[in-house]
Amino acid sequence: MFTLESGSGFWNPLVWMLVFFIAFLLFYGIRGFGKSQYKKETEQTKAFLSGNKEAAPEEMHVKASNLYWGFTTSMRSLYSVLRKMHTGNTSDYLLWFLIVLAVLFLVIGVI
Amino acid sequence: MTFLDALLFHSPALIIAIPLLSAFLMPLVSRIHGKLRNIFAVSMIGLTGCVIGVLATDVLANGPRVYIFGAQDIALPLVRILFEVDSISIFMAIITILLAFIAVIYSWSFMNHQDGLDKYYTLFLLLLTSALGMELTGDVFNFFVFLEISCITSCALIAFWIDEGEALEAAFKYIVISSVGALFVLFAVGILYAQYNALNIATLANALQYSFLDKIVLVLFLVVLGMKAGLAPMHMWLPDAYGRAPPSVTLIIMSATLASFYGILRVVFTLYGNVLTTSIRFDLPLNTIVGWVLIALAIVSILIGVIMALIQSDFMRLIGYTAVAEVGYMFLAVGTGIAALGTPYATVALQGGIFHVLNDALDIGLLFLVAGAIYYVTKKRSLDDIGGLARNMKFTTIFFFIGLLAVAGMPPLNGFTSKFLIYESVYQLNPILSIIALLCSILLLAIFIKVLYAAFLGPQLPDLKDVKEAPRSMLLAMGCFAALAIIIGLFPNLFLDTLVKPAADALLNHAQYITTVVGGI
Repeated sequence: MFTLESGSGFWNPLVWMLVFFIAFLLFYGIRGFGKSQYKKETEQTKAFLSGNKEAAPEEMHVKASNLYWGFTTSMRSLYSVLRKMHTGNTSDYLLWFLIVLAVLFLVIGVI
Repeated sequence: MTFLDALLFHSPALIIAIPLLSAFLMPLVSRIHGKLRNIFAVSMIGLTGCVIGVLATDVLANGPRVYIFGAQDIALPLVRILFEVDSISIFMAIITILLAFIAVIYSWSFMNHQDGLDKYYTLFLLLLTSALGMELTGDVFNFFVFLEISCITSCALIAFWIDEGEALEAAFKYIVISSVGALFVLFAVGILYAQYNALNIATLANALQYSFLDKIVLVLFLVVLGMKAGLAPMHMWLPDAYGRAPPSVTLIIMSATLASFYGILRVVFTLYGNVLTTSIRFDLPLNTIVGWVLIALAIVSILIGVIMALIQSDFMRLIGYTAVAEVGYMFLAVGTGIAALGTPYATVALQGGIFHVLNDALDIGLLFLVAGAIYYVTKKRSLDDIGGLARNMKFTTIFFFIGLLAVAGMPPLNGFTSKFLIYESVYQLNPILSIIALLCSILLLAIFIKVLYAAFLGPQLPDLKDVKEAPRSMLLAMGCFAALAIIIGLFPNLFLDTLVKPAADALLNHAQYITTVVGGI
C-alpha cells in the first residue's frame, strides 16, 4: 500500500518521513548545543549596516521581478529569443500551429 | 430491472444529460433566488459525480460499458451515436467532475459579488458537459461536436470579466486558435469517414489501413489536440487564457485541456493501436516516430514553461506557464510509453503520465485557487505589489506551501509519485531526457520559492495591512485539493492500483475496446 514500485526502483513515503523525522531530531539536538544568550528585541537582534540608518522593512522587501536577477541577466540572450517568440499576436500563434503541422506532416506523413 | 441496474445502464447518458439540462434550467433557477442557484449548481454537479462513481465501480470491475443512443443493443453502430466507457474514460471523468465540484464550491464566495451569475453557471455546466462528452464518447464526430462546445463556452467564460480588456483579448485569441483547431479536427473526421464510411472509434480502429490519408489524419489529431492541451510551441494561448479567466473558470477550462490530452491518448493507443507497430520507411516502426516527436515537443514544453515562468510577475500567468511545463511532463511520459512500446518501462511511463494528469489537475488547480484568493482579498495580480500576506492569510499560505512542494515534485506529496515513475522510466529510454526533466523540476521549486518569498513572506506592506483571510468556501476548496495532494503522496498505490493501472491497461489493451463494439455486431 505504501511502497511504489517502478520496476527499477521503489519509493516508500513512510521511510522518507521517518528519515526526515530523524534528521529533524538531529538538527534540534545540535541546535541545543548553541549559545543561549539570545535576547529578543535588544540591540543584539538589530542589523548592523555600517552605521547607516536601517530603512523601513517595506522598503527593504525585494520585489518578485528583482529575484533571480543574476540568473535572468546571465540568460539574457535566451530570454530575448523567447520574448520575441511570445509576441502576443494571434496570427503568430497560428503561425506556430502551422509550422508544427508542416513539420509533423514531413516527419510522419512523408517518411 | 432494479433502479440501480437502470441507473447503471443509462449512466453514460445521465453523466451528460444532468449537467446539460441543469445548464438550461439555470437561468430559471437563478430568477428564484441567488442561493438556490448556488445550491442547484453544487447539487447537480454532485449528482453527476455520484453517477460517475456508480459507473466507475462497474467499469473498473467488469470492463468497458457501451451505451447506444436511441437503441437497446448494438445495431447499426456506423451511424448511431455511441458512448464507450472504459477505465481511461472514467479516470478522466473522475478528474473532470472533481475539478468542477471544487470550482463550484470556490465560486460560491469568489463570484458572490459578480453580475450575470446565471450566465456564468450556465456556461460552466455546458463546459463541464463538453469535457465529459469528449471523455466518454466512442465516436469521432461526436468528439468534434463536444470539442466545439468546449471552445465556445471556454471563450465566453474567459471573457467573463468583460470590463478587463485583457480578458477580452485572451478570449478572442482562444476562440481563433480553438476554432481553427476544431476545423482541422473536422477535416480529419471527414477524411476518416470518406475512407471507411464510419465514425465510431472502435469500428475505425478495426478497419484502419494506415494509408497516406491516415497519416495525415494522425498528424491533424496530434497537432490540434496537442495545441488544445498546451503543448509548446503552440502553448501561447494558455497563459493568456489561464491568466485572465476567473480562477474557478480556469479549473474547468483545465479539465477541457486535459480532455484534449485524453483525445491524443485515445487516438494514438486506440484508433491507431492496431497499426502502431507497423514498420514504415527505413524500417522505422510508427510508434518510434510518433513517440520521439511527442518527446521532442514535451522537452520544448518543459523548458519553455519553466524558463518563461521564472520571469513572470503576474501570479496567474506564472502558474499558466507552469501548467505548460506540467503538460510537458505528461507528454514526455506518454511519448516514452509510445516510443518504447512493448517494454516493461514503457508501461511504467504510461502509468506515470496518466497519474500525472490527476496530480497536475490537483497541484496546478490548488495554485490557481491560491492566486484567486490573493486576488480576491488584495485585488492585485502582480507579485511586485504584494508581500507579507502570511501574517493575515495563514491557511492560504499553508495551502500554497503544499501546492508549491507538490508541483515541484517534492516528496512526500503527490507530484513526486508520478514524477518518480516518469523519471525512472524515461531514464531507461534516454538518461539525458530524465536529467532535463529533473533539473526543470528543481527550477519549478525555485520559481515557487520566489512566489512564496514575494507574496507571503517579508514585511507587511502598508496598503495590505487590513487584508483578511479568504472566505470559508474558498478555503474549503483549497483544503480539498491540499488534502488530496497529501493523501495521494502518502498512499500512492491506493490510487495507482485502483485507477491508474486499469486506465493504462485500457489504453494498451486496445483490442478489448474494439471487440466490445465490433465483436457485438
